Amino acid sequence: MEMLSLLADGFATSLSPLNLAIVILGVTAGLFIGAMPGLGSVNGVAIVLPLTFIVPPSSAIILLAAIYYGAMYGGAVSSVLLGIPGASTAVATTFDGRPMAQRGKAGLALIAAAVASFVGGTISVVLFTIFAVPLADLALAFGPAEEFALVLLAFTTFVGLGGDDILKTIIMICLGLVLSTVGLDLISGQPRLIFGDLPGFYSGISFLVLAIGVYGVGEVLHTIETSKSAPQVTPAKLTFREFGDGLRQMNRLWKTMSVGSFLGFFVGMLPAAGATPASLMAYGIAKTTSKRPETFGTGNIEGVAAPETANNAASTGSLLPMLTLGIPGSPTTALLLGGMVMWGLMPGPMLFIEQPDFVWGLISSLYTANFAAVAINIALIPLFVWALRMPFTVLCAMVLVLCIVGGFAPSQKMHDVWLIAGFGVAGYLLRKADYPLAPLVLALVLGPLMEKSFRQTLIAEQGNLLAFVERPLSGTFIALAALFFVLPLLKHVRGKEKKQVVTPAE
Amino acid sequence: MFHSFTRRTGLAIAATALAAMAAMPAAAADWKPQKPIEMVIMAGQGGGADRLARLFQSIIQKENLASMPVLPVNKGGGSGAEALRYLSDNAGEAHKIMATLNSYYTTPIRNDIGVDIEEFTPIARMALDTFVLWVNADSDIQTLDEWVAAVKDAGGTWKMGGTGTGQEDSLVTAMLEDTFDLDITYVPFKGGGDVAKNLVGGHIDSTVNNPSEQMGFYNAGKSRPLVAFTPERLAAFPDVPTASEMGYDLVYWMQRSFVGPKEMPAEAVAYYTEMFEKLSQTEEWQTYTADKALMADFLTGDELQAYFLEERAKHAEILNSMGEGSS
Repeated sequence: MEMLSLLADGFATSLSPLNLAIVILGVTAGLFIGAMPGLGSVNGVAIVLPLTFIVPPSSAIILLAAIYYGAMYGGAVSSVLLGIPGASTAVATTFDGRPMAQRGKAGLALIAAAVASFVGGTISVVLFTIFAVPLADLALAFGPAEEFALVLLAFTTFVGLGGDDILKTIIMICLGLVLSTVGLDLISGQPRLIFGDLPGFYSGISFLVLAIGVYGVGEVLHTIETSKSAPQVTPAKLTFREFGDGLRQMNRLWKTMSVGSFLGFFVGMLPAAGATPASLMAYGIAKTTSKRPETFGTGNIEGVAAPETANNAASTGSLLPMLTLGIPGSPTTALLLGGMVMWGLMPGPMLFIEQPDFVWGLISSLYTANFAAVAINIALIPLFVWALRMPFTVLCAMVLVLCIVGGFAPSQKMHDVWLIAGFGVAGYLLRKADYPLAPLVLALVLGPLMEKSFRQTLIAEQGNLLAFVERPLSGTFIALAALFFVLPLLKHVRGKEKKQVVTPAE
Repeated sequence: MFHSFTRRTGLAIAATALAAMAAMPAAAADWKPQKPIEMVIMAGQGGGADRLARLFQSIIQKENLASMPVLPVNKGGGSGAEALRYLSDNAGEAHKIMATLNSYYTTPIRNDIGVDIEEFTPIARMALDTFVLWVNADSDIQTLDEWVAAVKDAGGTWKMGGTGTGQEDSLVTAMLEDTFDLDITYVPFKGGGDVAKNLVGGHIDSTVNNPSEQMGFYNAGKSRPLVAFTPERLAAFPDVPTASEMGYDLVYWMQRSFVGPKEMPAEAVAYYTEMFEKLSQTEEWQTYTADKALMADFLTGDELQAYFLEERAKHAEILNSMGEGSS
């Protein structure tokens, strides 16, 4: 019960008027930062970091954590409204969020995202409160072999469930893997696929550039073509009745949301993985276990809830290795870590013992940040939805501007803008040819991680391939991956047999 | 072209005249940045170099050491090749400075990127980061000799973790292999923190982490320093011997410095030099260097340039022996 008293002390810190104001400010700023494609939590935290000296360290970290949290909520906004994932963590949210918006249910999709984020965030903070210290050892048990097995699992949960043309899915994964090898190779230090000697390719192709290109620009091109004959009007509005309806629909999704929360928390906790694979795995699992998997991808509310719970849970989970081991799981947590070092706090195994005030103040602020984020987010939904009622001719130009600014801002290279244009046209053509784009983007996100951990393991184990299955943790993941790969195939075959037997007439 | 020439000359003349007339301590007093100062970082967000650069930025901001804000910009592509190219394309700029690490020498040696670091303007060396040989605290190895024996026993399967191939950790490993005639399996990881975690998790056998990267685990009793690659013992680890005192010529540093582009105006150089000198005297910086076992060896001007060139020659030699040189 010592923990409860510590947490109560923490609440005394986080509920002080200053810290409460800071949480609300941070969450609101984060929400908008996350909603802008190209501006993610990394940028938000980086901009605010040097300004945090005016407040005491515990308030400063609370501000940064609130921005981080707010941005996680905001990420869903551009995924749903514009179909552009603002961050890699929100890719899976576009799969069903965007179709919902196109059918005029943008408000409902955003409510689902906000509620799911809240549930994921809250469950994971509770898990964090109870298990933070013992779980640090589990994070340590993750070496390269386990990382590889986990990424493989993330791939199979998705691939196996593609549902579309399997050959096309595999082609797109291969293409994404090829794109992911561009840049400087970690192992040998040599540049690969830099097209002669274009310095822009040295740092590789960033996820954001590809996503903005194929989703943002590609989507605009596609919409221009389809709306030529019949101008597309999105009848987006939000009434209180719809709001109540949304909450009722969410109430039926407890199973999906709990799975998403636990999965998100555990996957996010592992330093290498983070929120992106977590959200994809949650989407995949929701789809396989669903009674009507075919409705996924066409605007199923469950397809928004699953990844949104998981990515928020994962963002809490990724604070765990940062605080207990001093290892940042993502660029944003790396910046938070930098901030803590600046204030003279040393994250690591001793932090919980030496700085309990700070740690529990931060943990309790995650609870308040969650409440603030869901309230502010829901209050702002009508504003977000209203943006969709703009005439298409205006909206389309604005989206293009957002795409270019969002692609240029993080690295400030024109090189990336040209790439976005190129990927936009390619994405449009691929869409016309009915190739799924998600596997392409996913392969780019997960590819480098998978390649790196695969090669690290082989180097460390002198080329012994069995190393992946000999270790208990990675062996379990590989077995699960194999299961996930085979399961849909079996279902597919069985389904076909059934169809032939039951409905021969059709 | 003509315009900038006259302006720069004019400024220089004015500065010289003023300095001569009033015997001002330095021309720095007259020149102030006219717009935000861009601090180019040779590494991506979140790594050790980035964290340190942002620490500098925050101290400058907090202590009001510059009249204009400092904006950190990450150009980490190609082990810093991106940043080096950027600086060399901005000759004569007075509002761009770059935070360097050892890839300042190694990147142009390993790949021909058309950059000669001799042309850049040295500003200030803030610190030298140190390297220490670490093993997991559960290991039986207590001394360097035991470590060497264990590596030899492993017959080539000893796993040393470190940062990317061709970067600092791999150079230290190559030096160890060379000195003791060892055969080590080098496993590259993405950053020092990742390396430290893998050592504590038992996935690799030893590392040559900077003290700042292992400090958290060391304080928790999870890792053990064996030997420091410094000329003298580190204040943070008084019981850890140095390789030099054991008779081995193994000294390696990571330099943390600032440079400006080619032909940076002299007044600007003086301004930044003074700014960093003040920074090096702040309490925050002094505490940080003491906590993280950094050597705060401040160096500027021609001496710094001589140091850079000497280090470059040394790195070319090590890289050559590793078979990593570009030609």
